[in-house]
Amino acid sequence: MPEPITRDEVAHLARLARLECTDAELDTFAGQLEVILGSVARVAEVVADDIPPTSHSVPLTNVFREDVVRPSLDRDEVLAAAPAAEDGRFEVPRMLDEAP
Amino acid sequence: MTAELVDYAEAVTAWEPVIGLETHVELGTRTKMFCGCPTAFGAEPNTQTCPVCLGLPGALPVLNGQAVRSTVLIGLALHCDIAAWCRFARKNYFYPDMPKNFQISQYDEPICTDGYLDVDVEGEIVRVEIERVHMEEDTGKSLHVGGATGRIHGATHSLVDYNRAGIPLVEIVTRPVEAGPNAPAVAKAYVEQLAELLRTLDVSDVRLEQGSLRCDVNTSLRRPGDAYGTRTETKNVNSYRSVERAVRFEVSRQAGLLEQGTRIRQETRHFHEDTGTTSPGRSKEEATDYRYFPEPDLVPIAFPVDVVEELRASLPETPAVRRARLRDAYGWSDLELEEMTNAGVLDLVVSTVELGAAAPAARALWQNEVAKAANEQGVEASSLPVSPTDVARLLALVADGTLTAALSRQALAGVLAGEGDVDAVVAARGLAVVSDDGALRTAVYDVIAAQPDTAAKVRGGNMGAVGPLIGAVMKATGGKADAAKVRSLLVEVLT
Ligand SMILES: [Zn+2]
Repeated sequence: MPEPITRDEVAHLARLARLECTDAELDTFAGQLEVILGSVARVAEVVADDIPPTSHSVPLTNVFREDVVRPSLDRDEVLAAAPAAEDGRFEVPRMLDEAP
Repeated sequence: MTAELVDYAEAVTAWEPVIGLETHVELGTRTKMFCGCPTAFGAEPNTQTCPVCLGLPGALPVLNGQAVRSTVLIGLALHCDIAAWCRFARKNYFYPDMPKNFQISQYDEPICTDGYLDVDVEGEIVRVEIERVHMEEDTGKSLHVGGATGRIHGATHSLVDYNRAGIPLVEIVTRPVEAGPNAPAVAKAYVEQLAELLRTLDVSDVRLEQGSLRCDVNTSLRRPGDAYGTRTETKNVNSYRSVERAVRFEVSRQAGLLEQGTRIRQETRHFHEDTGTTSPGRSKEEATDYRYFPEPDLVPIAFPVDVVEELRASLPETPAVRRARLRDAYGWSDLELEEMTNAGVLDLVVSTVELGAAAPAARALWQNEVAKAANEQGVEASSLPVSPTDVARLLALVADGTLTAALSRQALAGVLAGEGDVDAVVAARGLAVVSDDGALRTAVYDVIAAQPDTAAKVRGGNMGAVGPLIGAVMKATGGKADAAKVRSLLVEVLT
């Protein structure tokens, strides 16, 4: 069995996902995630070394597109979907730091 | 924590710099990595977007085959192994320039691994080992409003343009380079020669000033024989010279901290072009914080072995081989070739010669005039508004006597100032040599009449006195006469 998931780990995950959780929610989610991880661990127990992990359900490789330009969207249409726009650009709240 | 900077020369007597370089190259494909939006630089903001590169719900990426071929070509040119099978991965983080809230990248399965680039550092070959070459997508561009000079801090809000989001990006990561005291020069030479190689492969326009080549420089120090020290990652290094300066500064800074017993923080730092210094950015996120997982919307790549071999066979001559060829064909010395490479004008000089200019004259003009102007302005020569066509025309006009050397410099100044092409500048500034014999003769007679004493000396056989007369004629014609011709006219009239 894997290590039990701690409340701190759930709080860390919540921060990475930009979710605000109360202490009570952290406890609830820790319990629920524990169940999920436990179930996955049970599956892992029966997996033999000769079975590769699955990331794609269809056995396809090399799906490539030709490097040919297709029309882009109309800018007014694009920006109409934005909460706010200025000078042809999406307006967003101030950023607190450079990109990670 | 701050400390005194330690003088670079002194720092490297006690500490060994170890560097690593992560270079991002925007590929020159017509379309983006996962959609058919165009990639042209400089378009109106948000006019090259679609549901895929805006991350709209339900949109599905489809991989650009040309981008994969270009990446494999880069890997082969860097002597890498090409993965028989690999996948894309999602790198999860929240930032406004990434509309999907994840970046499609490659994580534990890069398409190219374990290569090298032999770098010529002042005549000595340094082998820089390449750890990996992988594919990813570029992010959008942010404009910060309300703060000082577009800085992120103090801004009230930001404006985002997603034209760049989704442009194919290749990241080339070196292994740590134990470069010794020469680390700044090795870093600069590596980036320059990598850029030269990429240009040769014709996979990117490789323009640092437009951001199609971007470089992060990792630097750490250790005592000789010790394990590697903690490294910092310097971002925002936007010119070859800055690569060198950034390493130099980090060595001085880290030596100062280490010598007062302070540990180096593993962090991202930003390079400031104006001061040549770095300042801390955010502490680096742990790789696990990105929660990488295989991208479910893109199937794995098993790049066909026969296409790999086809690409391998199509590799163009390397810059080193090319230099040898140019040396033989055009008679430039190794030193001249190195100077042209360092000044970023070699390709421009070669193009000029291919347009018919003489090799020595083309080299001299780019090296002594254009590169000098670029250096004064602190930009790359290739970004100045003068083309090989301009320089070839300029040299042709000098060769046929239409322009003197002095006039050609004025014409070049006009072209550099954006006044148009050579012919337009020559016409607008009235620069052509006064070749009309009549006009020149009139000027000669005027000068002789105005300076009878000097003219008498020449008549009396004192040829030294002809100099002032030539000067006077040149002045009268506004410098537009050919001095040799003026001299022969004066001699003809007076003797
Ligand atoms: Zn698109």
